[in-house]
Amino acid sequence: MEDKPIYKYIDSIEFGLLSPKDIKEMAKAKVVTPELYDKEGYPVDGGLMDVRLGVIDPGLRCKTDGQKLKESLGHFGFMELARPVVHISFVSVILDLLRSTCRKCGRILIPNERLDEVKDLLDKISLEQGPHERRDKIKEVIASLRTISKCPHCAEKQQKVSIDKPTNFLEDDKRLSPIEVRARLEKIVDEDLLVFGINPAIARPEWMILTVLPIPPVTMRPSITLESGERSEDDLTHKLGDIVRINQRLFENINAGAPEIIIEDLWDLLQYHITTFFDNEVAQLPPARHRSGQPLKTLVGRIKSKEGRIRTNLIGKRTNFSARTVISPDPKIDINEVGVPLMIAKKLTIPERVTEWNMEYLKEFIKRGADTYPGSNYMIRPDGKRKKVSDETKEQLLEEIQPGFIVERHLMDGDIALFNRQPSLHRMSMMCHKVKVLPGMTLRLNPAVCAPYNADFDGDEMNLHIPQTEEARAESEILMEVQTQIISPRYGLSIIACVQDSISGNYVLTKDGFEVSRQQAIDLLASAGIENYDKLPNKPRVTGKEIFSTIIPDDFNFTGKSRLFAKNPDDPDAIVRIVDGKLVSGVLDSNNLGQGSGLLLRNLHKKYGADDIILLLRNINGLGAEVLLKYGFTSKISDIDLSESAYSQIDKDKKSAYKDVDKLIADFRSGKLESLPGRSMAESLELRILERLNKLRNEAGLLVEQTASTDSNTMKMVRSGARGNNINIAQMSAVVGQQALRGGRISQGYRNRSLSCFKPNDLGADARGFIQTGFKFGLKPYELFFMAMTGRDSMMDTALRTPKSGYLYRRLANAMQDLKVEYDFTVRDASKKIVQFNYGEDGLDVSKTEGGKINIKSIIESVK
Amino acid sequence: MAEKKKIPITHTLIPEHTKLSDDEKKKLLEFHNITIKDLPKILIKDPAIKHLDVKENDVIRIQRRSSTAGESVFYRGVVNE
Repeated sequence: MEDKPIYKYIDSIEFGLLSPKDIKEMAKAKVVTPELYDKEGYPVDGGLMDVRLGVIDPGLRCKTDGQKLKESLGHFGFMELARPVVHISFVSVILDLLRSTCRKCGRILIPNERLDEVKDLLDKISLEQGPHERRDKIKEVIASLRTISKCPHCAEKQQKVSIDKPTNFLEDDKRLSPIEVRARLEKIVDEDLLVFGINPAIARPEWMILTVLPIPPVTMRPSITLESGERSEDDLTHKLGDIVRINQRLFENINAGAPEIIIEDLWDLLQYHITTFFDNEVAQLPPARHRSGQPLKTLVGRIKSKEGRIRTNLIGKRTNFSARTVISPDPKIDINEVGVPLMIAKKLTIPERVTEWNMEYLKEFIKRGADTYPGSNYMIRPDGKRKKVSDETKEQLLEEIQPGFIVERHLMDGDIALFNRQPSLHRMSMMCHKVKVLPGMTLRLNPAVCAPYNADFDGDEMNLHIPQTEEARAESEILMEVQTQIISPRYGLSIIACVQDSISGNYVLTKDGFEVSRQQAIDLLASAGIENYDKLPNKPRVTGKEIFSTIIPDDFNFTGKSRLFAKNPDDPDAIVRIVDGKLVSGVLDSNNLGQGSGLLLRNLHKKYGADDIILLLRNINGLGAEVLLKYGFTSKISDIDLSESAYSQIDKDKKSAYKDVDKLIADFRSGKLESLPGRSMAESLELRILERLNKLRNEAGLLVEQTASTDSNTMKMVRSGARGNNINIAQMSAVVGQQALRGGRISQGYRNRSLSCFKPNDLGADARGFIQTGFKFGLKPYELFFMAMTGRDSMMDTALRTPKSGYLYRRLANAMQDLKVEYDFTVRDASKKIVQFNYGEDGLDVSKTEGGKINIKSIIESVK
Repeated sequence: MAEKKKIPITHTLIPEHTKLSDDEKKKLLEFHNITIKDLPKILIKDPAIKHLDVKENDVIRIQRRSSTAGESVFYRGVVNE
């Protein structure tokens, strides 16, 4: 017979309650004893592990359906409760019902003549506004019924029903037993229930009080056998054992005619066990625990929260064909490549279908086997049978192979892989790379893609996934290959750009004054992997700018500002000008090459497209690295030495700052200090002092900028924007500056002083954590203590902030996950309700702008 | 008691609220192909629209300063709770 798909359309879903009758009917066994196994270790009949409830031991057969382990899905059992018990999940519903119905006649506390009116109103609301609004209205109705003191049907006086959490109902401070509660719920007539939104056909309220307890199948609470041969039962089985045991004791005591107090105690205990069986995290109840003290994981606990079924097993699936190890940098591989250790390449495979044309090729993979690279691990026959490739099976597989088979061959250069680093905060956190199999044990990536992954190499690990079908590979390449992600959708500029060495190298190269022989230039270009020297001018000496120009396309024009521009607009290197693919003026620094700044890369991307940018970036990076390699680039301590005059200037600045601080303190003590608006005098003093001392550090930074030698490599890094800034240099060579704790100066530690080496109430700069020497000269003991204090503070801060921001992100992502921009530019949610009338209020797709703006001038210029 | 004259709140943080005429309202709803329920909401007793004398299902235009677009227009449907 032909396989025909069966189509079913879900029209509606009904949620109801199991009636005691339902429970008994679906049950395949009655549980009567808490014993699990007999002396031989065979499940006891009528016990919790009864073979009629399913099997978890190999060899046994389920008595209900005759199937073996893993075939039988298991069956429910049931247990007769000695006394009825409240179901914890329905306590609030029961309370609502008790409050809204008559204690005598069981009718809803709405007069007959108004009943239809209310029902009609509810129907109208659900028709016009939807089920949520209906539910809100029902809540309102219930709230309005609470105050009615006389039944409109039988004129019975109504008592106040309250709840003693979690499960005790009180009427006028007298306890209602579950039996009484159940009797009341039974009295409620079907028509009245419709007002509460309960369909009596599938959910009678008295079923919320349990008289019969369904016992879940053995298969959903399997026991595990420990290495010692001991059996360890599932948490649910433990809990059910408690319930059965107490239930039996309750039966026995009732039959023996025990005093009411004892019965009630046992009844409460049964209520406790059944409550915790459903939910072990009820607010007012102590959670049931193992003997070791850890709380049991019962039904609700299995589903709820991060470790529950939904978030771990349904949303969080695990994948095959993936790898994870430590990452390390490799500037020699392309930005869209990922270096994969050989060991991993031999484990991860790509399925290749055998055809007439590639059969010989694929046979080679089988011949090489699983251990020699590149080999293969498995061969799959068209019938789905998977055969391992090994020395023993090789011969046979080679005979068997024919078109239609699939060979799972090792990962090879050029294969497609997805590369990912958690937390995956934006789409660039998972990009598609081309595999490059390398020796070593780490995954390698080009340092230029550290920024989108937010990766560094202090022990970071990353994940690699290998798409297994042609569709998956095509989709990955088109949607998420590295070059498609160069422009950040956050700010419309290049997020993948030059970093570190690449910036300082190109700075050195393109700075005025760099000049080498043509021979050396070609040597440089060749080592950087550039082979076209047409653009290099034919003269004995060439400049760095001319060397750099060889990698820029001939028809490219650009004008931009370098970092120099801010300081000295007249400097010949301040304006970067590229005319017809030639760098005419300007030095290339982080303003134009760095990530998230400058338009050089953005314009190149716009003009030549993503794929060419990858090549261009490779050349720029290569050139930068090669310049540093060939001409040397060492950072030394003497780089941060300042001149004699600079030191005396700093001393002068320091003295004047200290004098100012002392003056402020003196003013404060004599009460002459002017308070800032909205601040007390003490606060004003703190702010003033902080301001003054920060000014001192900035002065030092400025001084460093002015006096430090331009040609030292450390300063080159600062000037090019590759790493470090003037303040960093000033902290090393002149003054570390104020150590801030919780946004202010360090004040706590001892009584009225920060450290015991200071006098109490000393408000001076030194006593409150100002470090007045540079790192180079070493810190005084108390200065070191201040550093340690702020160091620990900032470490705590990061450690505490990470989970906070993670949760914030989770909430944002969940709230916004199905917002979408429609064709009329409105942002709408899943139900097409408008959230924003014009996307981003300006309707711009940021990834198609230049830094969030559209440069109309340049567009006009380009079409002129 | 004589009714107080209603004046709009003037504050830098409260943008200008105006009521749409029936024509404008119809045009807006038709342009976006929506009903009034699909609009963002504003409560009828919101202090910012007290001076406008609005009733349920009116549409309020809000002209805001925007960091991206300079000025942006937003609409809200008046709801009673």
